[in-house]
Amino acid sequence: MEAFFASLVSVAFHGAALGMILYVISVGLSVTMGLMGFANLAHGVFAMAGGYVLTTAISRFGVPFPLALVLAFAFVAAASVVLERLLYSRLYAASDLEQVLFTIGLIFIAVAVARFIYGTLQQPVALPDYLKGQFPLLGRDFPAYRVFIIVFSAVMVALLWFGVERTRWGAMVRATVDNRAMAQSVGINTKRLFTLTFALGSGLAGLGGGLGAEIIAIQPSYPFENLVYFLVVVSVGGLGSLRGPFVAALLIGIADTACKYWLPQYGAFPIYVATIAILLWRPSGLFGRHA
Amino acid sequence: MSAAALETRGLCKSFGALTVADDINFRLETGARHALIGPNGAGKTTFVNMLTGALPPSSGRIVLGGEDITAMGQAKRVKRGLGRTFQINALFRRLAVIDNVALAVAERRGVARRMLRAASTHADVCAESMDLLATLGLAEDASVRIVDLPYGKQRLVEIAIALGLKPRVLLLDEPAAGVPSLESHRILQVLDNLPKHIAILIIEHDMDLVFRFARRITVMVQGEVLVEGPPEEIAKDRRVHQVYLGEQHHG
Amino acid sequence: MSAHAGGYSADPRIRWIESLPWIVAIVAFFALPEYLSLGARILIYILYALSLDLIVGYAGIITLGHSAYFGLGAYVAGILAAKAGIGDPVVQLGAASVLLEIANKATTLTGGADGLSGVVVAPILGLFRFDIFGKTAYLYCLLVLLLGWWLVRKMIYSPFGTSLTGVRENSLRMHAIGAPVYWRLVLVYTLSATIAGAAGGLITQTNQFVGLNVLSFESAGELLVMLILGGVGRIYGAFVGPVVYLIAQDFLAKQFPEYWYFGIGTMLVLVVMFARGGILGILDGALVKLRGRP
Repeated sequence: MEAFFASLVSVAFHGAALGMILYVISVGLSVTMGLMGFANLAHGVFAMAGGYVLTTAISRFGVPFPLALVLAFAFVAAASVVLERLLYSRLYAASDLEQVLFTIGLIFIAVAVARFIYGTLQQPVALPDYLKGQFPLLGRDFPAYRVFIIVFSAVMVALLWFGVERTRWGAMVRATVDNRAMAQSVGINTKRLFTLTFALGSGLAGLGGGLGAEIIAIQPSYPFENLVYFLVVVSVGGLGSLRGPFVAALLIGIADTACKYWLPQYGAFPIYVATIAILLWRPSGLFGRHA
Repeated sequence: MSAAALETRGLCKSFGALTVADDINFRLETGARHALIGPNGAGKTTFVNMLTGALPPSSGRIVLGGEDITAMGQAKRVKRGLGRTFQINALFRRLAVIDNVALAVAERRGVARRMLRAASTHADVCAESMDLLATLGLAEDASVRIVDLPYGKQRLVEIAIALGLKPRVLLLDEPAAGVPSLESHRILQVLDNLPKHIAILIIEHDMDLVFRFARRITVMVQGEVLVEGPPEEIAKDRRVHQVYLGEQHHG
Repeated sequence: MSAHAGGYSADPRIRWIESLPWIVAIVAFFALPEYLSLGARILIYILYALSLDLIVGYAGIITLGHSAYFGLGAYVAGILAAKAGIGDPVVQLGAASVLLEIANKATTLTGGADGLSGVVVAPILGLFRFDIFGKTAYLYCLLVLLLGWWLVRKMIYSPFGTSLTGVRENSLRMHAIGAPVYWRLVLVYTLSATIAGAAGGLITQTNQFVGLNVLSFESAGELLVMLILGGVGRIYGAFVGPVVYLIAQDFLAKQFPEYWYFGIGTMLVLVVMFARGGILGILDGALVKLRGRP
C-alpha cells in the first residue's frame, strides 16, 4: 500500500512536470491558432530551437543556466518575428492546405538544419549544481530540477494569465479572438497584435523547449516526433483558450507518465484513444467555444 | 381555409439575453409575392435561417405545406420544396455556370451520387440546366467559371441554383444586394417571370423593387412583426414611416 | 484546360496525351531493367497519391491521416476516419497514430519496430511468380495502377465527382441544395481508403516486407508533398509528383540526407508561396503564355 502510494505521488509529480512543459510549449500554438486561424504545424520547431540555444549556450559558451533560459526565449522570439513578417503573414488568408504544407516545409528545413549543425545525437543538458540532486518535501525526496520546472512554469503561467486578463494587450487579444472584423473596426492594429502575440507564443515555446530539454530530448526529429503531443494539448484543450490547454497539458502529462509507468507495453496508445474519444464527444475541445 | 405554403407559429429565437425573433406568426400563401422588410438588425436573416433549418428556433413551430418541419434537417426541407438564395453570393466559384445549376438539378433528380457514367452524358440534367439558364438569359455564359462572371450575372446564377430545385416555396435573401440600380431591373424582370405557383418571400432593402414586386408586405422591427398588409397600406402606415421609411428619407 | 475538373459540360473521352504516362511506363520497363524496383515503387506511390487527390484535390479536405489506409486495407477504416475526421486533421492524425501504435505494440503479429519480414506472396492467379528482377512486380503494379486510374478518372467525371468539387467550393451551399454532404464524404473516404489500402498492399507484396514507417505521420506528409509537387485536383499531378520526388530521393537522399530534407522543405515553401498549381500548374501557365491567351 505504501509502495503504491509512493508510486502514485511519483507519477503525479513527474506527470505534472511534463504537463507544465507541454503547456508552456503549446500555449502559443493555441493562441496563434485561435487568434490568427493559422494551423502552424511547425510550432515544435520553435521549441526545438529553444532547446538547442539553451544547450549550446551552456556547453559551448559557459553561459549560466538562468541567462541561457532568457536567451532561449529571446532568441526564438526574435527569430519568429522575422519568420512571421517574411513568410507567415502572407498566408493568413490562405487555405488550410497551404498553411499545413508551408509549415511542414518549415519542419523539413528545420530538421535538415539541425542535423547539419548538430548531427543526429541527442543534446546533453549541463545543469548547474544547485538544480542537481534531491529536494526534500513532506518527508520525501524529489528531483530538484523537476521541482524547479514546476515552480518556474507556474510563475510563468501566472504572469501570462495576469497579462492576458489585466493588460491592454490581453484585452486586445481576447477581443480579436472573439471577433476579428469587429476588433479591426474599433481600431485595433491586428497586424502588430499578430506579430507581438506570435513572438510571445514562439518565445514561450523556445523557453519550454529549453526548460524541458532534459524531459523531451533535443534532437533533429523533435518537431515531427512531438507534434502529435502539442496538437493533442491544443485540440483537447480548445483553440484560442488559455485555461483549456493548461488542463489538457496536465492531464496528458500525468496520463502519459502513468501509462509509461504502469502500462509500458501499450506505449502512447491509451492517450491517442482517449484523445479521439474526447474529440468525438466534444469536437471543439474540453474548453473550446462551439464553432 | 386551405393550408398556407409556409407558416410559422410563435417562432422565437434568442442568443443568451438577446432576443432576435419574438413570437413571429407568419403566413405565406400559395403563389404569394410577399416581401419582408425592416431596418438593419430587425432579425430578417435570422428568420430566414430558421425557416431553412440553418438555425434552430428557441421555440415555436414551422409548417411547410401542412407538414411540421420544425425539427427537420436542411436537406429534408429542400426535398420537400423549400429553396433559398443567399444575400452574399454562395456560389461554387471555380466551377462553370452550368455546373452550378446542374449540381442542384442533379440533387433534385436524385442522380447526384452516381459515379459510373460521366456527368455530361446525363442528358436530362444537362438539358434542364441549359433551359433554366436560357430563361434567365445566361445561356451564353454556361461554360464561364463564376470567378470570371460579372457580379450582376452572379446574382442571377444565385437564383438559378435555387430554381434548379423546383421549389414550392422560394426565399430570396436580398436578390439585388450590391447590384447597381441600373442593373436591378434585370433582376426584377427575372423575378416577374418566375412560375406563378411558387410562393415567394423576398427580403430586400431596395424599396422600388419591393413595391413593384410584392403584393403583400410584412414589416419587422427588433425581432417582432410590426405590421402586415398590401403595399398601399404599408406605404400609408405611420408607424412604418417612423421606424423604417422615415429612416430612409432622413437618415 | 489540361486540368481534369470534370463537370456537366466536360468531355469525358480519353485524350491522346493521356496515354503518355503508360507509354513512358512501358518504355521504362524495356529500357531501364535495373531500375524496375524503383519503378514499381513509383507506380505504387502514384496510385497512393491518386487516392489522396480524391480527398484533398477534389473534395477539398486536408488530411494527414492517409498513411493509416495505406497501412491497412480499409473499408472499415474509411467509415472510422470519415466519422472521426471531417475537417479535423488532428483526429485523423490521431487515427493514424492509433494504427501505428497498434502495429507497434502488437509485436507478435507485426514484428514491432523491427518490421515484418517473411511475407510470402503467392504467384498472381497461381501463374506468374514474383522474380528477383522485379519484372512481374512492375507489370503487376502497372496493371493495378491502370485499374485504379480508370476508376478514379471515371469517378471524377461522374455526377458524384462534380458534387465533390461542389463540397470543395462551397459546402454551405451544398447543404442548401439538399445534398447529404456528410455521406458523400463518407463515400469518398471509403473509396479513397480502399485505393490507398490497395497501394499499401502492393508495397507489401512487392517488397515482401512491411515496415512501420508506412504508417507514420512523416509518410503521410511525404505523400502530401508528392501530390502538391505534381499539382492538386488534376489527376495527372498524382503521376508527375511521385515520379519527380522518388527519383530525386533515390539519387540524393542516400548521399546527402540533410540537403534532401532541406530541399523538400524549401520546395514546399516555394510551391505554397509562388506556384500553387504545382508542376502541372506551372506548365499550364507556360502554355497559356505561349499561346498568347487562355
